[in-house]
Amino acid sequence: MKALNALFKFKGGVHPDYNKDLCRDQEIKTMPLPSVLKVSMSQHLGAPATPLVKKGDEVLRGQLIGDSSGFISASVHAPTSGKVVAVEPAATATGASCTAVSIEPDGEDKWIDGLKGIDNWENANKKDLVEAIANAGIVGMGGAGFPTNVKLSPPPEKKITTLIINGAECEPYLTADHRLMLEQAQKVWDGCRIIMKILEAEKIIVAIEDNKPEAIQAMEKVMEGTDLNASIAILATEYPQGAEKQQIFSTIGKEVPSGGLPMDVGAVVENVGTVTAIYDAIVKGLPLTERVTTVTGGVIAEPGNVVNRIGTSFQDLIDFCGGFKSKAAKVIAGGPMMGFAQANTATTTTKTTSGILCLGPEKACSYESMPCISCGRCVSACPMKLVPSELSQYLEAEDYEGAEEINVMDCIECGCCAFECPAKRPLVQHMRQGKAHVMIKRRAAQAKK
Amino acid sequence: MTLVTSILMTSGAVAGVGLACGIALAMAAKYLAVKEDPRIGDVTELLPGANCGGCGYAGCADYAKAVVIDDVSINLCAPGAQSVIDDLAKYLGKASEQAEKTVAKVMCGGNSDQAPRKFLYNGVADCGAAHAVGGGDKSCRYGCLGYGSCSRICPVSAIEITDTNIAVVHPALCIGCGACVRTCPRALIKMIPASRSIHVMCSSKDKGPVVKKACKVGCIGCTVCTKLADGAINMEGPLAIVDYSKDLDNEAVVEKCPGKCIVKE
Amino acid sequence: MTEKTENKEASVQKLIVSSSPHAHSGASVRGIMLDVIIAMIPAMAASVFYFGLDAVRLLLACVAASVVTEVASRKLMARDKGIGDLSAVVTGILLAFNLPPSLPTWMAVVGSIIAIGIAKQVFGGIGYNPFNPALVGRVALLISFPVAMTTWSEWIIPNPIGIDAVSTATPLGLVKTSLGAGKGMPFVFDSATAWQFFMGHTNGCIGETSAFALILGGIYLLWRRCISWHVPVFYIGTVAVSAFLLKTLSPGTNMPVAYHLLAGGLMLGALFMATDMVTSPITKKGMAIFGIGCGLLTIIIRKWGGYPEGVSFAILIMNSITPLINRFTRPKIFGARKK
Repeated sequence: MKALNALFKFKGGVHPDYNKDLCRDQEIKTMPLPSVLKVSMSQHLGAPATPLVKKGDEVLRGQLIGDSSGFISASVHAPTSGKVVAVEPAATATGASCTAVSIEPDGEDKWIDGLKGIDNWENANKKDLVEAIANAGIVGMGGAGFPTNVKLSPPPEKKITTLIINGAECEPYLTADHRLMLEQAQKVWDGCRIIMKILEAEKIIVAIEDNKPEAIQAMEKVMEGTDLNASIAILATEYPQGAEKQQIFSTIGKEVPSGGLPMDVGAVVENVGTVTAIYDAIVKGLPLTERVTTVTGGVIAEPGNVVNRIGTSFQDLIDFCGGFKSKAAKVIAGGPMMGFAQANTATTTTKTTSGILCLGPEKACSYESMPCISCGRCVSACPMKLVPSELSQYLEAEDYEGAEEINVMDCIECGCCAFECPAKRPLVQHMRQGKAHVMIKRRAAQAKK
Repeated sequence: MTLVTSILMTSGAVAGVGLACGIALAMAAKYLAVKEDPRIGDVTELLPGANCGGCGYAGCADYAKAVVIDDVSINLCAPGAQSVIDDLAKYLGKASEQAEKTVAKVMCGGNSDQAPRKFLYNGVADCGAAHAVGGGDKSCRYGCLGYGSCSRICPVSAIEITDTNIAVVHPALCIGCGACVRTCPRALIKMIPASRSIHVMCSSKDKGPVVKKACKVGCIGCTVCTKLADGAINMEGPLAIVDYSKDLDNEAVVEKCPGKCIVKE
Repeated sequence: MTEKTENKEASVQKLIVSSSPHAHSGASVRGIMLDVIIAMIPAMAASVFYFGLDAVRLLLACVAASVVTEVASRKLMARDKGIGDLSAVVTGILLAFNLPPSLPTWMAVVGSIIAIGIAKQVFGGIGYNPFNPALVGRVALLISFPVAMTTWSEWIIPNPIGIDAVSTATPLGLVKTSLGAGKGMPFVFDSATAWQFFMGHTNGCIGETSAFALILGGIYLLWRRCISWHVPVFYIGTVAVSAFLLKTLSPGTNMPVAYHLLAGGLMLGALFMATDMVTSPITKKGMAIFGIGCGLLTIIIRKWGGYPEGVSFAILIMNSITPLINRFTRPKIFGARKK
């Protein structure tokens, strides 16, 4: 298997300081069980799960504690065995509030009985495989948390031709996916084969940025001699290569239509972390209860890539990595470009927490809302080819209809515009507000019908 | 050409152009006129002309049209109060409806001393924007953020953001248009009868212990006031809410409230 | 929030929370303006070299008056943030570049006040001005004090043939008069003269004469990504092509192409004035249209207009249609659906 350079290049994009050296060479470590795990019912995109346990209940690892409610939702499982000590609202990583189940581990970490993988999955029924993935509560672990079983069940009229495995990890600082590909390449590849079996796509492309040569090598090795129509696409290191639409363009040269989904161009993109979770669910029958999170940033004493149970508090993870060596000014769930800044370190990890980034005061950039000087850097940087400066002026004037007309809904909130803005305007915040307003309006219009 | 003739020529030309334009305009006014119920204009005249939008229509003329054509209720104009309703009733020959002056009230008393900020917010100085980042920087997730979205939208500048970062409506200035009610992202502002003086200054739907931790003047859901108020204060979950349709004269509720969130103004 | 409470809160170790992204390129308005000032250093040096103390006098007067006006008007309008972004300094230097060396100091001060006070702050300050402030200042002076604004120092280019060696003309004005009178080029414009013009040893406004110094600055701006190549290339290109066409069609009544490029304010205009971020389009396509428009207007004014020089007016006219250009050159979005 020889990796080849990607044939296409999306317009726009930026080159932030990657700072991956902090933990790209840190082997994945497993964190011991913390004193309490607080598992949010909102681990994913869509409707929060309905809690199935109450205070005082005893649970076992892998036991269903939150039932998926609705089509776009995902089930939640107990990350360890122990006692439920609280079921109450808690702040999620985005600052919203959602019910969370707090579990005090009993230390035995006993799995629930009856978990069984699908033997000989190569010959299994497609439907059974998707169902097993749904039952394991797997969601997109790259960040958005879209329920994977929904993604893997495209309507019959949409023919999926290409499966793209997203190993770009274009967010600065984060190295969790990089380490996964490096240390567990075989597992990643087996997971890919399971998805190929489900989708019956014509080809599979593993997309990796060229700043991870070791990962590329490792994947080349395990993919050697496969009978699938497989290839590795080396992407130029540029943010946001890992954004779904941009990655599809880089690998197969097709633009996902505005307002559409990847399946509209016959593609499905799955994150590397998700792929390993799928492997565990199918081969071992294990629900998703842990993930690799990169704990990093200039103020962390010993940055590293840590396997932690869903529901571990940020503080526990930071302590496991040696704590703060100097005062932190900003704690971010995710990477610096799209992550969510946290009010405190009591937030707990979810299936989508790819990283915990702690920045000192000198790195915590601030927004000033100066007037736009029309330099046009945001226009050059926008990978969706929008005009962020103009949009932000519309949104500052609360002209949401005007903003909708010039495509505010196509914004992917990647942050390239605000990254480049010399006036330090809070462009992404404007876009988010605008998108929220337009969504409210659209929902109201739909309700009327 | 002498000076006199050139002056005459110039005056004549200007007068001619003016005359032609005047005739054209007069013709346009006559033949291109849009037929409109004359009462709409009259009703618009009767309205206060604040164009606040409080009635739910896009300005006074639009409301006048709705009143005349669609027979919409005549008591929707809050700034006009009783006198406008009387005028409209007289003009349209309808029964005068009773209306009590309503004013906006921010149902939160937790200023930055009582409910401090839990983090340093950096971004757009707008309540909606701040609410969406990390859930808002106020310790209480239901409390007034104090970034002044209501104050900016108020057509008569009746809302002040105090030095301790909380919005306060000045009832004497408020015309009751309700623009602030629609703009507050935390739905803290309510329209209440102007004559009332006892209020529960809290909107938190959190349970007692959570409220106590977040704010020094929050409603902890103890239900003491409901017993004293004789049905004029009811519990909605863990929150006491004044029923403004009933009389509330027992001032003991103010003193007895352990959360110190009931005030008399 | 007052600053005091902010400091008090910061001392109890609260985290900062903002919307993403949490990384920034480090670019700032001040940094960009500083780059522009650095890019103007060669031209400033050239102006002092050729015009001596007069250049120093005008530069100092314009910069000081611009900064003072900026501070005063911000204060008057009760706005925060003053001169930290250095844009007033840039405007001051650019205005000085556009003034003849003999201009009285007080007129330069008046020009600066108009540039900053009226063309910039009245519209709301940096970012909101529709026209390039320095150009507005220059044009206001040109209209108000036409004699002072077109009186130049002694004739330094080769002796004109057949025309009185008037000391009050720029190379462009002299040639325009001569060609207009059907007398052809008033002096020999050979490669030696062209080189002399290119280096800046000629009559003109203090900052516009040395194409060499201006191009050095322009290259620095391009390298620092402060301007994109579109505006200067399309502007100068359009002037060159149109001048070539005119010269080919009627050699007797038109100036040589090189003369168009080197004898007036084209280099200063194309590299430093038309590229002003605030008043030029934001998209690459828009910049190209803007440059072509400036080029055509410059040629039209120089050839048929009342003034010998058309760069200032051309750029100001194009400034006025910048919002329109922006509107019609919005890029096609990623994944745009066919309508």
